[in-house]
Amino acid sequence: MTVTAVEKQAPASDEPVKAAKRRNPLRFAILIALLVLLLLMLAPLLVVAINAVKSPADYAGNGPLSIPGHLYWDGIVNFWNRVNFGQKLWNSFFTSLVVAVLGVLLSILNAYALGIGRVKGRIWFLVFFLVANLLPQEVLVYPLYYLSKQVGLYDSLWSIIIIFTVIQSAFGTYLLTSVYTEFPTELLDAASVDGAGKWRTLWSVVVPVSRPTLGVLFTFFFIWTWNEFFLPLVFLVSNDNQTVPVALGVLQGDRLMDATTTSASALIGILPAMLFFVIFQRTLTRGITAGAIK
Amino acid sequence: MAGKGTSRTGGYAVYLIPGVILSVAIIVVPLIMTVYTSFTKWNGVGDQKWIGFDNYTRLFEDTLFWSSFGHIFLLIIAMAVVPTLLGLVLAAVLFDYIAKTFNNRWASVFRSGFYIPQVIPVAVTGIVWGWILHPDYGALNKILDTIGLSGLAQNWLGDPNYALYSVMGVMIWFQLGYPIVMFMSGLQRVDPSLYEAADLDGASWWQRFRKITIYMIRPEFYVVLVTTTIAALKIFGQIFVLTRGGPSNSTLVPSYFAYKNFFEKAQVGYGSAISTVLTVIIIVLAFVFLRLQNRAEKAGA
Repeated sequence: MTVTAVEKQAPASDEPVKAAKRRNPLRFAILIALLVLLLLMLAPLLVVAINAVKSPADYAGNGPLSIPGHLYWDGIVNFWNRVNFGQKLWNSFFTSLVVAVLGVLLSILNAYALGIGRVKGRIWFLVFFLVANLLPQEVLVYPLYYLSKQVGLYDSLWSIIIIFTVIQSAFGTYLLTSVYTEFPTELLDAASVDGAGKWRTLWSVVVPVSRPTLGVLFTFFFIWTWNEFFLPLVFLVSNDNQTVPVALGVLQGDRLMDATTTSASALIGILPAMLFFVIFQRTLTRGITAGAIK
Repeated sequence: MAGKGTSRTGGYAVYLIPGVILSVAIIVVPLIMTVYTSFTKWNGVGDQKWIGFDNYTRLFEDTLFWSSFGHIFLLIIAMAVVPTLLGLVLAAVLFDYIAKTFNNRWASVFRSGFYIPQVIPVAVTGIVWGWILHPDYGALNKILDTIGLSGLAQNWLGDPNYALYSVMGVMIWFQLGYPIVMFMSGLQRVDPSLYEAADLDGASWWQRFRKITIYMIRPEFYVVLVTTTIAALKIFGQIFVLTRGGPSNSTLVPSYFAYKNFFEKAQVGYGSAISTVLTVIIIVLAFVFLRLQNRAEKAGA
């Protein structure tokens, strides 16, 4: 609201503008307003973090906002052991990694045929991949559940891996085709002059040149698969096969979950995501933009 | 372009074979099966019994179905409309004010901070908020109690009068970062001389926001609006973790309604009809948006 009041007069040269801005006390009011908003946004996560390392007695006595008297790790350790969290982390990591690799590979093959090969009916293939992108998973879930039982893949990580490889590569194909459509023809010509066939051209020219986009796709597929909830909830029913979100999600409302145990569980669900965010931050921002251009 | 080098015509179709086989198995066949099942009565085992449009007529008379779509309407406001408008203002303030009067680093720190709720798994954000809003040991009621406002404390997720509004609040928090990132990257395309010219004409910040910022990032505006609206139509994870559609169906949404019919009530035909209707709505909406966007782009050019 304070923003609307900021009138900036426009002196002819740049320097006085900057000087005027520097003197303007309003700019700090705006900065502080934004900082308060940011703090409010992050407050739930901070509250979770301080209560995850607080003893139940400390919580009962001093409430959710007090700084813990001492660091109490038992809540996290007990929860970790109770749900065998290491196993869940591995399940999530393995699924996400395999989906990211296979999803990128499948997107490359599809986009090579559609974007560079321009096979007949490419528009219809693209419309198909666009629609596949839009489909809610509810419309696929029951037949997939039924079929996976028939072929013995129900309650197996591989069911989730196969399904998400296809679902993620629908997006990947769509995005990568638009990149490959504008692939420099000279590079392809040079490769064919050198006697490279289509297969070699793909791996020695097209893939290396498009590596930045492939990196974005890999990152997205990994994080999206890590965060998926609905299909893993349906397919991964036994304890040993659950992924992190499923293991945490189904425990909600469990009578063993008191305030500090719940925050402990939330914290160990948040930490891997924050880790990926820090690692992939640059790729992510680049990628969200790439998604807009599609 | 493809016709220029003869070596690049034909022979590419083989690269589509794995993609086509997998898409048929994982997307086309299940999609057809669900649409077919929506015309049958089936409990998941044994034979499917063809009953024509019965599931659909039942659907249109089912008050739960209509109320689940009513809830989606409110969730579109919380997940698409509010974050888009708020994100637009925040992105403009960060890009055009904070980045210029302080520096770019501040702007990107804010951008990352606002985006954090988006990277946390949906189920985990559900746990965070489920705990904060818990009536007995939740942080919000304890805080209200501490500052002497215990009269305001509610059973946020357990009271049918408040549950949906609580979920809406959580969804605004969850979604806000996405439009900010999108709009800030869109603003980088804007020619700085446009802003300088506006400055010279003595335009206020608000005038520049309305005349330049909003006009220049229309493409991102459409993308954000359509993707967040579709996300609202598909919402499942937060509802499952926060309320499971309750209390007394006050937060029921179509995807959770379909899930219940599939896996709790074993009414697979009815569940299939619900998800088929949801799918048709999403696809129609997406294509209407695409057309509008194309028209807007043509008008702009």
